[in-house]
Amino acid sequence: MCLAIPARIVELEGDKAVVDAMGNRWKAKTTLLPQAKLGDLVLIHAGFAISLVDEEEAKETWRLIAEINEFQNTPNKISG
Amino acid sequence: MLDRIQKAQNLCGAACKQLGRQINIMEVCGTHTVSIFRNGIRSTLPKELKLLSGPGCPVCVTDQGYIDIVLQLADRDDCLIATYGDMIRVPGKNSSLERKQAKTNIKVILSSEDALQLAKDNPEKTVVFVAVGFETTAPATAVVVKEAAEQAVDNFCILSGHKLVVPAMRALLSAKNDKIDAFLCPGHVSVIIGYGAFAEIVEDFGRPCVVAGFEPLQIMEGLGEICRQLAAGKAELKSIYDAVVTEKGNTAAQEIIAECFEAADGYWRGLGKIEKSTLKLKDKYSRFDALTRFNMSETPSEEKTGCRCGEVLCGLIEPPECGLFGQNCTPQEPIGPCMVSSEGACAAWFKYGGISISG
Amino acid sequence: MKKTSKHDRILLAHGGGGQLMDDLIRHHILPSLNNEVLAELGDSAKLNVDSNSLCFTTDSYVVKPLFFNGGDIGKLAVCGTVNDLAVAGSKPVALSLSLIIEDGFEFKLLEKILVSIGKAARQNNVSIVTGDTKTVEAGAADKIFINTSGIGVKLNGVEMGFERIAVGDKIIINGTIGDHGMTIISQREDIKFQSQLQSDCAGLAGLTCELLENTNGIKFMRDPTRGGLAATLNEISRSSGLSIEIRQADIPVNPTVQAAADMLGFDVLTIANEGKFIAIVSPESADDCLRICKNHPLGKEAKIIGEVCQSRDVPVVEMITRIGGKRIVQMPYGRELPRIC
Repeated sequence: MCLAIPARIVELEGDKAVVDAMGNRWKAKTTLLPQAKLGDLVLIHAGFAISLVDEEEAKETWRLIAEINEFQNTPNKISG
Repeated sequence: MLDRIQKAQNLCGAACKQLGRQINIMEVCGTHTVSIFRNGIRSTLPKELKLLSGPGCPVCVTDQGYIDIVLQLADRDDCLIATYGDMIRVPGKNSSLERKQAKTNIKVILSSEDALQLAKDNPEKTVVFVAVGFETTAPATAVVVKEAAEQAVDNFCILSGHKLVVPAMRALLSAKNDKIDAFLCPGHVSVIIGYGAFAEIVEDFGRPCVVAGFEPLQIMEGLGEICRQLAAGKAELKSIYDAVVTEKGNTAAQEIIAECFEAADGYWRGLGKIEKSTLKLKDKYSRFDALTRFNMSETPSEEKTGCRCGEVLCGLIEPPECGLFGQNCTPQEPIGPCMVSSEGACAAWFKYGGISISG
Repeated sequence: MKKTSKHDRILLAHGGGGQLMDDLIRHHILPSLNNEVLAELGDSAKLNVDSNSLCFTTDSYVVKPLFFNGGDIGKLAVCGTVNDLAVAGSKPVALSLSLIIEDGFEFKLLEKILVSIGKAARQNNVSIVTGDTKTVEAGAADKIFINTSGIGVKLNGVEMGFERIAVGDKIIINGTIGDHGMTIISQREDIKFQSQLQSDCAGLAGLTCELLENTNGIKFMRDPTRGGLAATLNEISRSSGLSIEIRQADIPVNPTVQAAADMLGFDVLTIANEGKFIAIVSPESADDCLRICKNHPLGKEAKIIGEVCQSRDVPVVEMITRIGGKRIVQMPYGRELPRIC
């Protein structure tokens, strides 16, 4: 009952965000996660960020290593 | 990773040996049900360890009366129905949203915000948002109800089918199935309510409660931890989903739920009436409640003859024990919600389970 | 000779058999599909095909959106039919092209589609030799529907069929799964999200002919379009009466496709492909087949994903999961709906 996947915030204006999951970009709201910042890895459920994701733990839980490396290497086209 | 899986399997095997009887672990969350099946986890466990699917499938436990209200509203020309894809195929008494989709006033949405936007884009219609889901999804509904109030989007309303997990677990243990030895607790519900919410199950009923995520390694290690406790005769509360779950949960989400909703008695398919187990909009937001707006009320329905979804949802039987399973009731021609829902135990058994070719 | 149309939208009269239709065919359709046979504009195309055995297929294309990353309805209409001929063990030769166009459809979009059809035909060494154009009232068709039928010449000495499949045969796929279906889904009105996803739409005849001409152990081929790998493997299992076992770890999936499927709750095994085929091959020929695939641009990520096995009670398709578990791969329902639960 809880399909949610980790994604990185690549745009943020107020509580309106764009998140990136392995190259897919989705609109999401951070209303439930006011402490979220640009660049944070967050858990997205039904269009909302519901939690920050601990990056180290995320590597254990999800196969995110490739994505984390990629994000750190590419130039960011981020607004906010 | 395979060595950690082996370790978890060893813990399961050791518990079965230690206790010398069948161990019943209930996984409460429908998403766990699907993940367990898709990853073939059952086939890696000792046969004395039984995984029971619980009532954590919001579609499965939604009473038919609720669906019938949605279908009645779908028949109105002045209504647009906004629903998550999960609900499209669920049958009411005579029809389903899928069968009505040719009417074009039914929209599948991915987020509650889409439902609110639909209302803004169609001021001449009333948008009814089919708001189902557990505590993971309820905050998303609360956010848009609040936004609708602030932005005066008066043609927006919700039909709340939101349910609460812990009251259901209590009801199960108190009245329906005392053979459950432990719970694999839902990972993303815990993100919202905090793993501490399950402490009362451990304290009042003496059952181990372990919160795990949905990747197969998480599930295996969750089961391993449960078995470690059972073998040691312990009942503890633990979370292994450290990436996102904390003891207190997401307080902003809890606050917004509390602002918009209050706990009310409700009907669960299979479990009957459970006190304070559903979410109802508070009076100050009642104008956004579809039942108030259309002057309707939900009446619980009878199960179709022969359908044993109720027992499946309580973990009392496995789907193949239902006489309709695979014969009259298949994913193509479902009778009960457990077969319709993509997360339902019956659908999962049919789609992923059962026969093995190499024995 | 291509002329610019003075109409920016298709009119019913463009399908009426008169001057407007003549203009459409001569000045817009012919130039894109340029070949001698079609230029005759006969009622039927006369083909010189030296063969006792022909393959013949037909398919209709109604995809929405019409244009997507990696292709469009025109390219799909050529490649899809080419692929049906290819996996039947034939060399595609000629296609027919039927267009049903809604009144009001933008001319420049039609042009784009025609150019794409012409390009795809040339790339796949087939000619569009005959065709038909109809127009219908607004609302009677959703923008444009296309049908292509195709003829291929069976390759010498190639005999494939369900009855040839045997226990122990290996199952090869030429690359990643789910790319086309997830790309289309990402551009659907109700789901739309931005993505690097690309359809894998491509004609496979070059690769399949190379395989069939250089190896002798290929028992069966099929392209896993609608319903994905799950549907195709189940069809093969049912028709052959044998079971199939595949290994999740060996199935190539693009991580972007996987992430998109995860977000929506889809199983990639059930998602459509338009540039992939499954080959069931004898164990002795598996390595050669794999090598040929990997040396071809459309097979670089080819893998052996499983085997054919004896059935116990009923033929089933099973998958060994990444963690060493086992689960059944059922025939999909036929409609993927996004879930939040």
